[in-house]
Amino acid sequence: MNAAPAETTTARTAPPDNGLSFVQEIGNLLHASAGNPISTCMQCGTCSATCPVASGGFMDHSPRRIIALIRAGFKDQVLAANTYWYCASCYQCTVRCPRGIDIAELMYALKRYTIWKTKYQKGLIGPVFSETFVKTILRSGRSYEPVLATAYIFTYGLPDMLQEAYTATTLMLKGRIPLLPTKIKRLDNFKRMIRHIIPLGDSE
Amino acid sequence: MKTYAYFPGCSLEKMAHSYHLSAMETARALGVELQELDDWNCCGATAYFHVDELLAYTLSARNLAMAEKEKLNLVAPCSGCYKNMFFARAHLKQDPDLAEHINVALAEDNLQFSGNATVQHLMEVFVHDVGLEAVKARITRPLNGLRVAPYYGCQILRPRKDHEDVEQPRFFENLVGALGAVPVEYPLKLRCCGGALIITNREAALSLVRNLLDSAVKARATVIATACPLCQVNLECYQKQVNKEFGTEYHVPVMYFTQLMGLALGIPPSRLGIGSELVAVMPAIMSAQQKEPAVAGP
Repeated sequence: MNAAPAETTTARTAPPDNGLSFVQEIGNLLHASAGNPISTCMQCGTCSATCPVASGGFMDHSPRRIIALIRAGFKDQVLAANTYWYCASCYQCTVRCPRGIDIAELMYALKRYTIWKTKYQKGLIGPVFSETFVKTILRSGRSYEPVLATAYIFTYGLPDMLQEAYTATTLMLKGRIPLLPTKIKRLDNFKRMIRHIIPLGDSE
Repeated sequence: MKTYAYFPGCSLEKMAHSYHLSAMETARALGVELQELDDWNCCGATAYFHVDELLAYTLSARNLAMAEKEKLNLVAPCSGCYKNMFFARAHLKQDPDLAEHINVALAEDNLQFSGNATVQHLMEVFVHDVGLEAVKARITRPLNGLRVAPYYGCQILRPRKDHEDVEQPRFFENLVGALGAVPVEYPLKLRCCGGALIITNREAALSLVRNLLDSAVKARATVIATACPLCQVNLECYQKQVNKEFGTEYHVPVMYFTQLMGLALGIPPSRLGIGSELVAVMPAIMSAQQKEPAVAGP
């Protein structure tokens, strides 16, 4: 955890010839956030200490360090980090940040940025899961757990898959797993509504 | 009788059906009508915000607009749905341009968002609108001696909605106390259960669940009470995996607060969906009440 960035890559705080520096890009991603800009961060580390995932040692860079890397222009290291994809959106960092930065929102922004650029750490389940989830809802208006679980099952090995199947079977016997996906009634209207927001091309 | 537009959310359709059943029964017993929002859609969960923010707001806006049409305020039993719809409303009210953009899309379903319908968590309705004194007055079977760990989790509290206390909240303890049960004090009551990491980072999520179970069990809780379907699933359905992973032997029932309320209100367990859990609830409750009849708080 928190390994020093590789020496071969350099930080870029100055903007490239045409366009924005990385820190400006991230600043733009947060333009609508109610929190303060990350330039106000004083690197106190409250976010990292309060984050249950970072303090458990599961993130390669802590939230504090991610902010430092962004401000120093280490774009490659930030895009390669698992930090934001391992954020569970518990918002403890956000409510405790003494500078009033909405750190959980920064994590969301970084997730969207890496999905948009299709540049995220290899092997992460998060991006696949999120995209599967969104597609499910665009198709039916509601979520359907069995489809979501497949994102997990195909990524892990056989023992984990069997364990998962065992839990799923037990839950099914208790009537807690839906056999068929549910759809909302006005699905056509719903799909037309979505098309105003994102062009879906041909539906389906 | 006060009526609310009730937004069950996807989890309550099946995985957390017992939360739905117990919410309806408990509300009825307390004189609250939960009128299910017709044709509601998914709130967007966390996944939508990972992909596209505008789309996530649009999904919530459709539900909000439908509640407005019914002239009712919205209530959600799931902390995630509650947080999403609460902040979608706040955000759209603050940003009329965004609201206008989304309203063009909503027109496809003959809907319009204006922000008139408020958003509450179901627990808030019981604690605040109904009031704990009124709850107490209807209790026929107090849960004397039952040690309950009130588990807040995250999104019912965070991000901060207004000026409420997000560090030392007491409303869940007060509710548990009003049922005659003993609210257990334990340090991790506000800690995250791992949420969707149970799918996307199993190792981290199991470790968070282990910490929570450990904290509640060390405080001698007989049951853990939750206000969110994802917390319930993580804490209950993955106990076996936690035990396998960490060599522990946890066997703690994890109930919805509405099930505890329902029992105290004298509603039969089967009508509260009790029986569909993986860690049986009733034996623990019966034996706890026999062992420690009507003791005072810790």
